[in-house]
Amino acid sequence: MSKIDWAAFPDARGHFGPYGGRFVSETLMGALDELQKAYEQYMGDADFMAELDHDLQQFVGRPNPLYHAERLSRELGGAQVYFKREDLNHTGAHKVNNTIGQALLAKRLGKTRIIAETGAGQHGVATATVAARLGLECVIYMGEEDTRRQTPNVFRMRLLGAEVVAVKSGTRTLKDALNEAMRDWVTNVDDTFYIIGTVAGPHPYPAMVRDFQAVIGREARAQHLEMTGKLPDTLVACVGGGSNAIGLFHPFLDDESVEMIGVEAAGAGIESGRHSAPLCAGQPGVLHGNRTYLMEDEHGQIVGTHSVSAGLDYPGVGPEHAWLKDTGRARYVAVTDDQALEGFHRLTRTEGIIPALETSHAIAHVLELAPTMRPDQSIVVNLSGRGDKDLNTVAEREGITL
Amino acid sequence: MTRIEQRFARLRTEKRAALVPYVTAGDPEPAATVPLMHALVKAGADLIELGVPFSDPMADGPVIQKACERALRYGTSLRDVLDMVAEFRKTDTETPVVLMGYLNPVERMGYETFAEKAREAGLDGLLTVDLPPEECDEVAGLLENAQIAPIFLVAPTTSDERIAHVARAARGFIYYVSLKGVTGSQTLDTSVIAERLEAIRRHTDLPLGVGFGIRDAETAGRVARVADAVVVGSAIVRLAEEFDGDPAGFAHAASEVVAGMRVEMDRVRASGVEASV
Repeated sequence: MSKIDWAAFPDARGHFGPYGGRFVSETLMGALDELQKAYEQYMGDADFMAELDHDLQQFVGRPNPLYHAERLSRELGGAQVYFKREDLNHTGAHKVNNTIGQALLAKRLGKTRIIAETGAGQHGVATATVAARLGLECVIYMGEEDTRRQTPNVFRMRLLGAEVVAVKSGTRTLKDALNEAMRDWVTNVDDTFYIIGTVAGPHPYPAMVRDFQAVIGREARAQHLEMTGKLPDTLVACVGGGSNAIGLFHPFLDDESVEMIGVEAAGAGIESGRHSAPLCAGQPGVLHGNRTYLMEDEHGQIVGTHSVSAGLDYPGVGPEHAWLKDTGRARYVAVTDDQALEGFHRLTRTEGIIPALETSHAIAHVLELAPTMRPDQSIVVNLSGRGDKDLNTVAEREGITL
Repeated sequence: MTRIEQRFARLRTEKRAALVPYVTAGDPEPAATVPLMHALVKAGADLIELGVPFSDPMADGPVIQKACERALRYGTSLRDVLDMVAEFRKTDTETPVVLMGYLNPVERMGYETFAEKAREAGLDGLLTVDLPPEECDEVAGLLENAQIAPIFLVAPTTSDERIAHVARAARGFIYYVSLKGVTGSQTLDTSVIAERLEAIRRHTDLPLGVGFGIRDAETAGRVARVADAVVVGSAIVRLAEEFDGDPAGFAHAASEVVAGMRVEMDRVRASGVEASV
């Protein structure tokens, strides 16, 4: 691979090679300019960064551990498996790293109203949480289908004072929630800050969300060095929009010896067509403000996706992942619903950690990968969220009524 | 001179504002679209904006979202829409037709293929709501060669600096989005619109159209005082839902709306107030 200066991406207009950019209606261009200026200004502002660090420590509970899963590693009989414990963050997933940062920006910009889209509800909960703490009005858009799959999170958001809008258009999942949030933003752009939950959307969101999530990889890198004296051999993370994966991968991009694997949702199987794996089975196009890999039909219409995990049930992916795929810096695989469920149970029984169904996709891949590696090698897996929210889904699939 | 330029030149001599109805192609069914376009012209339309159905119309309100869904029931594709334009052109060689939609179907077809097919079909302009001038370098040259005008939006939130930028990239006419919000939103303040149009005119000689929130003849008339073109979408598309399954009834009702706006717009212009074109 020829040497790429990863720090040079995105370029000034938000492009990662052919991907990314700013494909939105004119009404939002001003707000995106304003956001980009604020983000550039405050990421270099000592007061802002001190406040962010303080909140990440005192409110989120960072740094979280890099946990050596000794029993699982022994059972798999190959590489040593380490889990970056984002599930231990306040609100139970990596999402809060980003919502804390964006909410502080919203405050600095004098916005009084926060909106967000959510799939599994983790980003919605993380947004409602920071909005409650900062006393900001909060509206969360969630596909109607997802509100049904993720009832505990809907209730959590409402407890936190957020209005949860069940979106009934299109396929009634994450992409439609995003459409609806965009419509809200375009209408209320003066007083409203849109906290996008993943590394997708128009520039500067993919770069900004990545920078807020990169704390995951920075900590994991330092922790792994301290624990083992060397860098990990492989990083594994699940990819829907891809924020937990970018957060883990980004600080390792210049470490050429470190392999990176993103795990998409193969749903009922790639060959069935019922999946959410644009990087593995889609092609480049433009949706939701950026150019990236998409799941679409021959006419450019976005097609319905499927995954047991609401958080991965999305037809696009962050543009930086599209770029990492094309450059070969990261590779992407997909695991099915059934494999993910196997990963879910295996981690729960072996290590006493109940992972989110999204995260279970990454674990499922590790179950296959670790045995092919040597015991002196290591894998760092982003344990991006905890599984409490998925208990209903798992029970239902297994014919159990709670 | 392009068809769009000819049309605006004629309207200028007649001291009239252009009436531009929007309909979603394939709504309520594909066979209804070309007859509907002819009916709209007969009722007084000067230019037709034809919506390309998209699965995720982010900038549109519920009325046009549903129109897209109705059209997509029949799988109405960009290819089909260009066929409709070609069909329309067989008997109407003067009324400009502009496609309005989202970038992805065009990207999927391929920009070169699109430009070639669009030229063959007799298309005059392309408005992709999610393609700002910053991202259009690649497309612009291909469209220019095919004599298809890239139409751009200016919003209430567009800065003066950006207006200049948009004006440099735009051809045909500039579409001023009269409201923050999605298509089909409510309430318009024409004095604010007039001020904004003045600001835009400082950067361009292109005709200025106004759309979003024009839902009756009275509003169309007020906008026609200050704008060169009045775009009306949701007020017509709404009728497609009412007349789903009755394309002739829809065409009739849509024509009545257009005819009513035509009368009011011409009355306002004839009463002596005119845009500073």
